[in-house]
Amino acid sequence: MKLHIKNGRLVDPKNNIDALRDLFIVDGVVAAAGEAPAGFVADRTIDAAGLVVAPGLVDLSARLREPGYEYKATLESEMQAAMQGGVTSLVCPPDTDPVLDEPGLVEMLKHRARSLNQAHVHPLGALTMGLKGRALTEMAELTEAGCIGFAQAEEPVEDTNVLLRALQYAKTFEYTVWLRPQDAHIGRGGIAHAGPLASRLGLAGVPVMSETIALHTIFELVRATGARVHLCRVSSAAGIELVRAAKKEGLPVTCDVGAHHIHMTDADIGFFDSNARVTPPFRGQRDREAIRAGLYDGVIDAICSDHTPVDADEKLLPFGEASPGATGLELLLSLALKWADDYAAGQYRSGGAGAGPLSRALAKVTCDAARVAGLAAGQLAPGAAADIVLFDPAARWTVDAQALASQGKHTPFVGYEMTGQVVVTIVAGRVAYQRKSGPVRG
Amino acid sequence: MLNPQLNKNGELQHLLTIEGLPKAIVNHILDTASSFVSISDREVKKVPLMRGKSVFNLFFENSTRTRTTFEIASKRLSADVINLNISASSASKGESLLDTIDNLAAMHADMFVVRHAQSGAPYLIAKHLIDTRQSHVHVVNAGDGRHAHPTQGLLDMYTIRHYKKDFTNLTVAIVGDILHSRVARSDIHALTTLGVPEVRAIGPHTLLPGGLEQMGVRVFTNMDEGLKGVDVIIMLRLQSERMSGALLPSAQEYFKSYGLTPERLALAKPDAIVMHPGPMNRGVEIDSAVADGAQAVILPQVTFGIAVRMAVMSILAGTHG
Repeated sequence: MKLHIKNGRLVDPKNNIDALRDLFIVDGVVAAAGEAPAGFVADRTIDAAGLVVAPGLVDLSARLREPGYEYKATLESEMQAAMQGGVTSLVCPPDTDPVLDEPGLVEMLKHRARSLNQAHVHPLGALTMGLKGRALTEMAELTEAGCIGFAQAEEPVEDTNVLLRALQYAKTFEYTVWLRPQDAHIGRGGIAHAGPLASRLGLAGVPVMSETIALHTIFELVRATGARVHLCRVSSAAGIELVRAAKKEGLPVTCDVGAHHIHMTDADIGFFDSNARVTPPFRGQRDREAIRAGLYDGVIDAICSDHTPVDADEKLLPFGEASPGATGLELLLSLALKWADDYAAGQYRSGGAGAGPLSRALAKVTCDAARVAGLAAGQLAPGAAADIVLFDPAARWTVDAQALASQGKHTPFVGYEMTGQVVVTIVAGRVAYQRKSGPVRG
Repeated sequence: MLNPQLNKNGELQHLLTIEGLPKAIVNHILDTASSFVSISDREVKKVPLMRGKSVFNLFFENSTRTRTTFEIASKRLSADVINLNISASSASKGESLLDTIDNLAAMHADMFVVRHAQSGAPYLIAKHLIDTRQSHVHVVNAGDGRHAHPTQGLLDMYTIRHYKKDFTNLTVAIVGDILHSRVARSDIHALTTLGVPEVRAIGPHTLLPGGLEQMGVRVFTNMDEGLKGVDVIIMLRLQSERMSGALLPSAQEYFKSYGLTPERLALAKPDAIVMHPGPMNRGVEIDSAVADGAQAVILPQVTFGIAVRMAVMSILAGTHG
C-alpha cells in the first residue's frame, strides 16, 4: 500500500520541518518527504492543499474506562473519539475496575485495543496493588504485558516509605513512574482551588501546597533513588517553579499539564458549573499564566487531554457530588492550537526565538509527549511509523456535546468556538478516519 | 454571566444568595417584611397572599428550626405546605435530586424551599427549572453547604436595621467558625451590600477561610481587639464535630478564647446588640449571662425571621409588591 499526501504543509516539530512538502508512505512507514522515492507509484493520493500534515497526536492521559466503567465509555467510543481528535497514540492510566495491576488485564486491554485497529494504546500499570499504596505490583511482568510506566492515577501513596521502595524498584529496571503530585491529606475532599472564589462559594479547597508538598517529597525521593519520574497535571505556578528548579538541578523529571488548565481558571466555575469540576482543580489566573509561560519556555514538556469521560447522571449533581473530569480527546488539538494563538504567537511576535507557534504547540502533543512516554511516535522522519493527522488550521467549529464521538460529553468548553479541525487521521499508513462533512478541501 | 436568581427584567426569580443581589431588592425585602411583622400579633395570623399556592420544603439536610420557620411563614401567607425530609426518603432509595424535583414539579409545586449539605445545590435546581421551562416555579435557598443562607442573612439585616436604623455608620463583628458558616457568608454579603463600613471576622486561623479580605472583611484573631467599639456582634454556632480534633483542641479552650462573656461584651459599644442564628451552645460560644442579657436580640431575630421569609416568598410568588 502506497500513499501520497500532496500539497500539504508538513509540520514535523521533531525534525524542524515546517514547509510545503509532499509525504510518501509505503507499507505503513514514512518513505520520504518532498521528493518521491524512486519507483513510487501511489495506490492512493490525498490532496492536503490548505491542510497541515503533522505527526499523529500523542496523548499522555486518556481514560478509556475499560475495564469496569463501560457505562461511562467504551473502548469503541473512545477510540473513535481519538481518531476524530487526530490522536494516534495514547497513554491510559491504571484506574480502571479492576485496576491495571495484573498482566492479564493489561494484555486483554491491549488485545481489545489492537483489534479495533485505531489509536495505539499504551497502558500505565498500577504502581501498587489496587492503587492502595501498600504492596508493589509485578512491574517487570506488567512491562512485558505492555505497560510503558507505572502510576497511581488519582490515589496518592500515603506511606512515603512505600513510595521510596516503589521508586527504588522502578529504578532497578529503569521504569518511569508517573505521579500526579498531591499530598495524601492536605486538600483531601477538596473540590476547588483554595482561594477567594472557593471561600466565597463555600467549596472545600485544594490548596496549592497539596501539590508543592508532594513535589518536594517526590524530588527528595528522586534525589535518593535516581528514579525517573513523570509529573502529571502540574497545576500551579508554585509547582511549576519547583519543577523548573528540579530540572535545573538535573533531576530526571518531566511534566505535563492538562489541556483544559491552559485556558480555564477557578472563575470558570461560575455558578457551580459541574462541567468545571476537574482534578486537579482549575486554579487562579496567575497559575494559568505560569502554565502558559512554562509551556513556552519548556519547563512543561507536554500537554495531555486528561480525557475523562463522565456519565451524564454523574454531572447532574451538586458541584461537590459531581464526578470530576472532562472529555478531551477531541479538543486536545484545538486547545493546544488555542494556546499557540493566545500565548506563543504573542511571545513569537515580541522576539521569542525558535520555531513558530503552530510548530511549538504541535511539539507539545507529538514529539515531546512521545519523548516523555518513551515512544518512537510523534515524528515523520523517513522510517517512522506513518501515524499522521491532517487538519485544517483555519477551520472553526463549535463544541457541541452531542456531536462528540466520545461517550463523555462534559467539558467547560461546550459552546465555545475552536480553531483547527481534524480532516484525516492515518494510523500505520491506513486512513482510519476521514471527516465526512465540513470544510474538507481537495 | 447570567445571574440565575434574577429574571430578564432584573426581578427576583429565585433567592439563592445575597451576593450580587441589588441593594434595592434587599431593601424591598426588608420593607416588605416590616409590613408582615405586625401580622403575627393579630388574632388571625394569616394573609391570603399565597392562597392556593403549594410550597415544598425540601430538606436534604435535617433542620427542624429553619424548616419550621418556613412552614409558619408559608402558612401565614395561606399557602399549602408540604414538608419533605428527603434525607430519609428518596435519596436513600437512590433517586437523584433532579428526579425528585421533576416529580414534585409534576405535582404542581409553586415554590421549593431547599436545604442541602452541598454548596450550590439550589443553583442546580434553579438551572434545571430554567432548562425544563418551568420558570413559574421558584427556589428559595434555605441553606446550602457552606455557601449561603440568604434568608438568615436577610433576617439578620432586618434585626440590625430594627435596632440600629442606619447601616452606614456601623461596625459589625462576626465571631466563630467562619470557615464552615453559610450564615457568615450571607451576612458578609448583605452587610457590604447595605453599606456597612466595617465588617469584622473574629476567630482562630483554623476557622477562618482564606480570601476574606477580598470579601471586604477585616480579620481578627484576638477576640478582645476585634470586639472593641463594635455596634453589632453576630455569634456563630460551633458545630459539635468541630469542637475537638485538628481544628480546635476543646470546647473549653474555645470558650476561653472566643466565648462571648459579659466582660468581653463590655469592650463593644454600650448599646451593642448580640445576635446568634441559633441553636446556641451555651458555655461554648456564648455565656448564658450574655445570651439572656439585655443586649441579646436573639429571640427577636426568630420573630423577624418569620416576617422576612414571608416577604421573600410573597415577593417570589409575585403576589406582593
